[in-house]
Amino acid sequence: MKEGMSASIHKALENQNLAGILDRWNYPATRAKAFEGVDFEALRSKIADIKGEAAGHLNELAETFKKNAEANGIKVFIAKSPDAAREYIANLCKEKGVKKIVKSKSMATEEIHLNHFLDEFGIQSDETDLGEWICQLAHQTPSHMVMPALHLTKEEISDLFAEETKQPLDNDIQKLVKVARKAIREKFFEADMGISGANIAIAETGSIVICTNEGNARLVTTLPKVHVALVGLEKLVPNYTDAAPILAALPRNATSQLLTSYASFISAPTLNDDGTMKEVHIVLMDNNRTKMAEDPKFKEALQCIRCAACLNVCPVYRLVTGHVFGDIYTGGIGTILTAWFNELKSAEDIQALCIGCDKCKEICAAKIDIPGLILEIRRRAATKEGLPFIYKSALQVINNRKVFHTMLRTASVLQKPFVKEGFIRHLPMFLSGLSEYRSLPSVAPSPFRDIFKTLKQPKCDEKAAFYAGCALDFVYPDAGVAIVKILNKAGIEVLFPEEQSCCGIPHWGSGSFDMAADAAERNILPLLEGDPKYIVVSCASCTTALKKEWAKILKEQHREALIPAAHKVASRTYMFTELVDKLIKEKRLTPKEGIKLHTLTYHDSCHAKRHVGLSKEPRDALSAAGYEIKEMNECDTCCGMGGSYTLKQPEISMQMLKRKLENIEATGAEFVSAECPGCLIQLRGGLDKSGSKVQAIHPAELMVDKFK
Amino acid sequence: MFENFKARAEASGNTEVKRFATTNEALGFIEAFLEKEEVKDETGSYAVWAKSPILEQFNNDAMAQKFPGLNFKVTRELAKGAKVGITQLKWGLAETGSMAQDSTDVEQRLASALAWIHVAILPTSKIIADIPALMTKMHPKNDKYITLITGASKTADIERVLAIGVHGPERLVIVCVDDLELEGAAS
Repeated sequence: MKEGMSASIHKALENQNLAGILDRWNYPATRAKAFEGVDFEALRSKIADIKGEAAGHLNELAETFKKNAEANGIKVFIAKSPDAAREYIANLCKEKGVKKIVKSKSMATEEIHLNHFLDEFGIQSDETDLGEWICQLAHQTPSHMVMPALHLTKEEISDLFAEETKQPLDNDIQKLVKVARKAIREKFFEADMGISGANIAIAETGSIVICTNEGNARLVTTLPKVHVALVGLEKLVPNYTDAAPILAALPRNATSQLLTSYASFISAPTLNDDGTMKEVHIVLMDNNRTKMAEDPKFKEALQCIRCAACLNVCPVYRLVTGHVFGDIYTGGIGTILTAWFNELKSAEDIQALCIGCDKCKEICAAKIDIPGLILEIRRRAATKEGLPFIYKSALQVINNRKVFHTMLRTASVLQKPFVKEGFIRHLPMFLSGLSEYRSLPSVAPSPFRDIFKTLKQPKCDEKAAFYAGCALDFVYPDAGVAIVKILNKAGIEVLFPEEQSCCGIPHWGSGSFDMAADAAERNILPLLEGDPKYIVVSCASCTTALKKEWAKILKEQHREALIPAAHKVASRTYMFTELVDKLIKEKRLTPKEGIKLHTLTYHDSCHAKRHVGLSKEPRDALSAAGYEIKEMNECDTCCGMGGSYTLKQPEISMQMLKRKLENIEATGAEFVSAECPGCLIQLRGGLDKSGSKVQAIHPAELMVDKFK
Repeated sequence: MFENFKARAEASGNTEVKRFATTNEALGFIEAFLEKEEVKDETGSYAVWAKSPILEQFNNDAMAQKFPGLNFKVTRELAKGAKVGITQLKWGLAETGSMAQDSTDVEQRLASALAWIHVAILPTSKIIADIPALMTKMHPKNDKYITLITGASKTADIERVLAIGVHGPERLVIVCVDDLELEGAAS
């Protein structure tokens, strides 16, 4: 990571305005209310179908749009490049003698820095969307795609308005809005040209659809005699009726509204109030969009309807805002658009901010696999220029089981002077930043693979191969012992394939898909030895690798031979609590009666909840075993560990942990459980550092003595 | 249909929905409203009433005489100085509490976008389900500029705090009239 990035992250983390504002909004709850009675999955599938199909035919749609809009009297220009778009607008201004422009919100004009360009010709462009105007006065870029000035406080805005309108102002938001109304109202009347964007462009009718809440787009398109709309090609849809699902999803997902205050369909020039005919120009801009459409992976990103829901739920965005996470377009989708509209290079640093928690994927109105595409950027960056040296060497070590395991065993001895109660108490100076908010775990004295050999098990017909994952094997072996004991009670004998090693998720997450495929190949056959009925996994991330990623990655890397075996592994794989829940429901495990009830709160690891869809099973199993579950706020928001993310982005990781700890403490529960040793390292370390009484424990250890 | 429309519209921000059985009662309400809002012939206190089918149901000149600030010809300057803007809408949408305006005639936009209060007259019988239903009634082929209006002008751009009346009306009064059958605005 470049130093500039690190400094801007640090600066952003010191200013938590935006995080606080988004918290108070309570987006998940208000959004849910807006979607009452709407089948979101069906709606977003429809949008993905319409826009996916459109993305495959951008050039044809642009031509159809041009033909139909021109038949209505609109002038349409298809601009290949930002230069072409800027020149067309500048020439038009010259031809019409335009000196003053009012603008409603348009990301496309931001993308090509239009205001700055026109300024060089002595043309003044005034933003009229309140948030955009604030950003203009502050000489800043938007920090959020829908609410551009969310990073500024009312005090800061009051100062900006006071300076602009040359009057003293207080910080009352309602009054500030009226000050803006008055100041901007005159500009609408004075302007020679209005420039807007568009939310949708309908080819069949040659119409553009513009949504606003403030009503500024209606004035921008009504009061000046010339209207220019700059529209990215990805806004095109074939038919009039295609606009309906987009209008149903966009306001609900963006701002938890059923519909924006105004949604205008403009299909032809209309008479001005002085009886002259308005001139309407629509510039359809490509700027790499057709190239993006030809890319089999990234074509999907053109489905975006710019609702910015992916920002609202992103735990990283909330901490650092779009000024760090993104460029003109911000957050997860912004990272992808930046890579294409501003070239890959500029997205290289931003992509590293995605922790891969998949929260955005769950909520995307156009079903875009945002984290998957960011990973693809990472992969292409890795293959084009190689990974930064330090990560590459660490990943290569993990892939060499013997070297990696020897290192961990050596660490277990060398760390001794620093270890107290399972945590490393003092780290050498250069690593101490990592332990500011979180104690680091020590490597266990004996790994699970050694302890396993000493365990006495009954002989059973039914066998389960246990895939322990590195963290459990070397850091939390007690959880492994508990798993063996519990499965034995259900009459299942546990096998521990010695050859097992890292599942490849860290390599996958770093974009090194070839190394991830190596990892899959090393593990698949050993896990199937002895033909076990179940393959039980104690870690949600590893579960994802076994259930989903191995077969997929082998296919992508064209390593066909082991794919059938990978599917076999997938079909037998259970996350530990998933299996326990099944065994309880089959009455093969019987909870003890009359035991003391304890309280716990459950942290959904990102992989468990969103990659393999397991959130009910762990809760059911833990409840059956005698735990009262007290749900925390944002139980499925990432804890900030993210595998190696915590090493690459330590400051963001620690802030995410801090929020998580506050939510845990607020429940008053005795325990917090998570089925991911990575989350447990993060949570246990954080709780230890903050001196909390809450204990972070793997479900297996919580349940070990709870069955008859 | 009406009840859903009313509930959704009134939840969309500074919006009131009134319902009258007859055009006469509705006109009575509007007169009382103009009086209450102290419409008069000075900038900031005008009322503008854009071309509407309902205008054919009563003596416009008589009403204009009663309210010297009331104008039936909408210009940009009058609209800019208007406290109240009155228009007639084509359709109501129950699902979202929205109304569809044929905005082709600029007067419709000026009267509904610049005044502080927008009084929207809507035939009760024209309330339909949702946008897909509207798309079978209004089409860009016939209506060059269509606007869906849902609630008053609003923003949450400062600290996500709702503020009403940014560039458009800060209050929306919807007057539903049961015996009004005529559709929308004259284009």
